[in-house]
Amino acid sequence: MKILAVCGMGLGSGLLLRMQAEKALKQLGVQADVEVSDMGSARALSATADLIITSEELAQQLGNVKPRVVTITNFVNLAEMVAKLEEALKDR
Amino acid sequence: MDQIGYVVEFLAKEVFGKPAYLVGLITLIGLIAARKTTGEVIGGALKATLGFVVLGIGAGAVVGALNPLGELIKGATGAEGVVPTNEAITAIVTANPDYATNIAYAMFFGVLLSLVIARLTPLRYVFLTGHHMLFMATVLTVVLLSAKVTDWLAILTAALGLATMMVIMPAFAHPWMKKVTGNEPVAMGHFGTLGYIAGGAAGQLFKGSKSTEEINFPNSLRFLRDPMVGTAVAMIFIYLLLSIVFLFRTSEATVAELVGSGDIGGVLGILATQFMQALVFGGGVAVILLGVRTILGEIVPAFAGVAEKIVPGAVPALDVPIVFPYAPNAVIIGFLASVVGGLLGFGILAVGLGAAFALPLILPGMIPHFFTGGGAGVFGNATGGRAGAMAGGFVNGLLITLLAAFLVPTMSAIGFPGTTFGDTDFQWFGLVVGNVARIGDIAAAIGVVVVCAILILIASWWQRRYVETGWVPGGQS
Repeated sequence: MKILAVCGMGLGSGLLLRMQAEKALKQLGVQADVEVSDMGSARALSATADLIITSEELAQQLGNVKPRVVTITNFVNLAEMVAKLEEALKDR
Repeated sequence: MDQIGYVVEFLAKEVFGKPAYLVGLITLIGLIAARKTTGEVIGGALKATLGFVVLGIGAGAVVGALNPLGELIKGATGAEGVVPTNEAITAIVTANPDYATNIAYAMFFGVLLSLVIARLTPLRYVFLTGHHMLFMATVLTVVLLSAKVTDWLAILTAALGLATMMVIMPAFAHPWMKKVTGNEPVAMGHFGTLGYIAGGAAGQLFKGSKSTEEINFPNSLRFLRDPMVGTAVAMIFIYLLLSIVFLFRTSEATVAELVGSGDIGGVLGILATQFMQALVFGGGVAVILLGVRTILGEIVPAFAGVAEKIVPGAVPALDVPIVFPYAPNAVIIGFLASVVGGLLGFGILAVGLGAAFALPLILPGMIPHFFTGGGAGVFGNATGGRAGAMAGGFVNGLLITLLAAFLVPTMSAIGFPGTTFGDTDFQWFGLVVGNVARIGDIAAAIGVVVVCAILILIASWWQRRYVETGWVPGGQS
C-alpha cells in the first residue's frame, strides 16, 4: 500500500511525518511505502494513494480526496501516530 | 601513465566534479550508514541524483523569468532590485558546478561536525531541516568565495559555520519554543530564528492581549497558505505593477525592446508577456522545490537514523511549520504583518537608505514572508496575543528586508541575479562571515573559527542559564 505524508512545501514537517509513520508502521508490522508530498501536488497524487497523513488544517484545505485522511495533532508524538494509523488500517 | 592520468582526470572532473553525482554519493553513504537494503540504497542514491538534475532545470526557468524582472525594477524605480527567494538563489548558485561541488562538500562535513558539537557541548540539538542546511552551506560558500578564500579552506570554514548555526540557533529559540509548544521535546530548526526571537520579544510589549486563536478567520484567506499560489499571485502583482510604472516613465518602444512585447506587440503584448513571466517564476520555484524535495526525501531520514546513534537523547530541531498548528491564525496575521513590514523596509530603502549605502531595493519575496512571518506571528502570539502576533510578524518583515539589502553586496561573486536569501539567519550570519572573510585567506579561516567558538560558548551559557532552568519569556501564562 501507498501512504502520502503531506505538508505545505513537502520539505520539513512532511518528512517528519514520513519518518514517524515509518517507525509506527514497523511497530504495527505493516508493510507500506510512505511518500512525501506538498499541498500543491497532494490532490493529484492522492488518486494513487491508499492513505493520507497530514495536519488538521491542511486536511481541511485538501478537501475531499479519495483515500482516507488521518490528521496528526502532535507531529513528534509517536504514540499518537501509532494509535491513529492502527485505527485507520483496521477498517481496511 | 597517460591512461592513469586520464582516468584520474575523469574521476575528478566527470564524477566528483559533477555535483549531481556528488549528492548521489553522499546519499549513498548516508543510506549505507543507516543500514538500508541494497535496493533502497541504490534507488535512494539515484533518486537524489535525479533530484539535483531537476533542481537545475527549475533554476533555468527562474533565471529566465528573473532577467526581465531586473530590467523592470531598474526601469520603474531607477535602482537595482531584488526579490529574496532562498530556493531561487540556491538553484542559481548551484547551476555553477564549481560552487555546487564546494557546497555539497561543505554541507556533508558541516552536518557531521554538527553532531560532534552536539555530542561535546550542552547544545544537544539535532537539526533536521535539510533544505536549510543546503541554503546555509550555499550562502557561506558564496560569501567565502566572494572574499577570495581558497577552495578547501572555504569548504572547511563553511562546514564549521553551518555546524555551529545548526546547534546554536535551536538553543537560542528554545525558551520561546517551549512557551509555544507547552514544553514538547521539539526545538526550532529553521534559519529564520533571529526573526522569531525578535517576534517573541516584540510580542512581550503587548502582554495581556487576547490570543489570535479566539478570532474566527475567514476561510477565503486560507488559499494563501499554499505558498506556490501565494508566490504566483504576488509575482503577478509585482511584474504587472512594475511594467505599468515603467511604461509611464518611458516610451512603449523602449520597454518592448528591453522586456519583449509578445506576438501582438504594444502595451497589451508587454503586459501579457510579463504576466506569463510571473507564472514561469512561480512554476520554476515549484520545480526547484520538487528537486530539493527529491534529494532530501532520501537524505534526511538516513541522517536522522545516524544522528540518533551519535547523540542519544538529543532534541530534534524541526522546520518552522511544526509550530503552525499551535496557532494557525497567528500564522496568517504574522504573514500579512511581515509583508507590511517588508513594504516599509522597501520604502526606507527607496527613500534614501539604499542610495546612501549603495544598497539594492528589496521587494517582498512571498515564500520567506510566509514561513518566517508565520513563525514570528506564532512566537509573538505566545508572548503577546494578537497584538504580539502583529508586532512579531512586522518586526520580522522589516528585519528580513533590511538584512537582505546588506547581504546582496557581500555576495558579489555571483553577480546580480535579482534574488538573494530571504531568512534572517542566512542574512546575519552570511554578513558576519562575509565580512570576517575579507581580512584574507588563512586569517579569514581563523577569524571564522574564533567567531564560531564565541557563538558556541554564548549558546552553551544560554542553554545552561535559561533553557535548562526553565526560564519562560514574558512569564508563565
